Amino acid sequence: MSAFFRVAWIVMKKDLTVEVRSLEIVSTTVFFAVTVVLMFSFGLVVEGRAVRDVAPAILWIASAFSATLALGRTFERERLNDTVLALLLAPSDRPALYVGKLAGILLLLALVELFLVPLVGLLFNAPIFAHAGRLFLLLAGGSLGFCAVGTLFAAMLLRARSRDVLLPIMLYPMTVPVMIAGVRGTAALLQPAPDLAMAQFWLGLLGAFDVVFVVLALWTFEPVMTD
Amino acid sequence: MSRSTWYLLALAAGMFAVAPWIINAAPNEATMGLVYKIYFFHMPSAWMFLVSAIVAGVASIRFLFFRKPTADHWAVAAAELTVLFGAFTLVSGPLWARKAWGVWWQWDPRLTSSLVLFLMFIAYNLLRRYGGPGSDKLGAGMAIFAMFNVVFVWVSVNYWRTIHPPTSVVPSLPVAMGIPLWFCVTAFTLLFIVLLRMRARLEHQRARVEALYLAEES
Repeated sequence: MSAFFRVAWIVMKKDLTVEVRSLEIVSTTVFFAVTVVLMFSFGLVVEGRAVRDVAPAILWIASAFSATLALGRTFERERLNDTVLALLLAPSDRPALYVGKLAGILLLLALVELFLVPLVGLLFNAPIFAHAGRLFLLLAGGSLGFCAVGTLFAAMLLRARSRDVLLPIMLYPMTVPVMIAGVRGTAALLQPAPDLAMAQFWLGLLGAFDVVFVVLALWTFEPVMTD
Repeated sequence: MSRSTWYLLALAAGMFAVAPWIINAAPNEATMGLVYKIYFFHMPSAWMFLVSAIVAGVASIRFLFFRKPTADHWAVAAAELTVLFGAFTLVSGPLWARKAWGVWWQWDPRLTSSLVLFLMFIAYNLLRRYGGPGSDKLGAGMAIFAMFNVVFVWVSVNYWRTIHPPTSVVPSLPVAMGIPLWFCVTAFTLLFIVLLRMRARLEHQRARVEALYLAEES
């Protein structure tokens, strides 16, 4: 078991080292997220004021778009340098590679959300610090669920044609439950009179989705990545 | 095409030809009148929609984990039929809803989960069509996810208001309405089986042709 986590740790460290040296994915994805939020602002601000209760939706959609971009770029990097084969040839459990990749992408996404949340709070007057702990848990749970499916699909799509367009097409319908739970839970926290019981309920549901998505992904990763 | 498929096809075609008379003979419903008769088309399509999604998921599990190459052919066939019957369901539903609820669409759990299931199988078919080599395994992974995900979509949207009539109305229908309903369900099931067998057979043959080409090249 410790070998499993060691491999996962090494894969994650490798991804982060490459990223720290170039900052390519982080910088482009953060800026992409900012532009997405701005696009929404131009669409949703009427007479100088934001339409009610849009902050959670914008936050989650911007996160999902950014995650899709980061997923695509991370695996594109492996493909361009032909390092996928090296990864797959490594004498280790395939699911360990998956866990390592997933952890790396989650850290990237967390960094993006670190910029995204205050920006949405600022532009849409959302009280993001009122229940910061719960908001953090919701974002963590939602990001895990989204990236658990996303990492599997992006890895599967490595060898496919038109992978850029196929990733969102496959990923978005599949992560509808995560989006619903995330947006509803965040909305319960950010509304004028926060409904903590409701937020707690959606958080629990997110946790259940995460467990099943991760288990299913670990279960299918091995056969789909084997020729 | 095998002889039994021909018989089934003839039977299904006959039943579909007779169905309008049988549906016409059913009494009108007390509050909705004639409109409710869309139900005789809508409900069987919806059932076949779900059945074909399950067939695609189970076939994908057989293909991916038990390495049965032919199971993939069934998965492809069932996935295409999921989109077909899904389209029937999602077109006939709003036609009824417009009269019964006054709106074309409602974000009700059943409607939402059907739409998401439909989208997932469109994505599956796009993947199979444009994914290139290796998309069979990819597709199988996706179909398995899609099958399990339906439950989640169902749970997560279930906390909105439900206005879709529950399935529990089926046993409580009067006989005069029950007969046309079960007649239509049988006709749709036959149609589903015929189409599934024909489409899977096409896939089997395509695989055989490919194998022959490969054999000749080497």
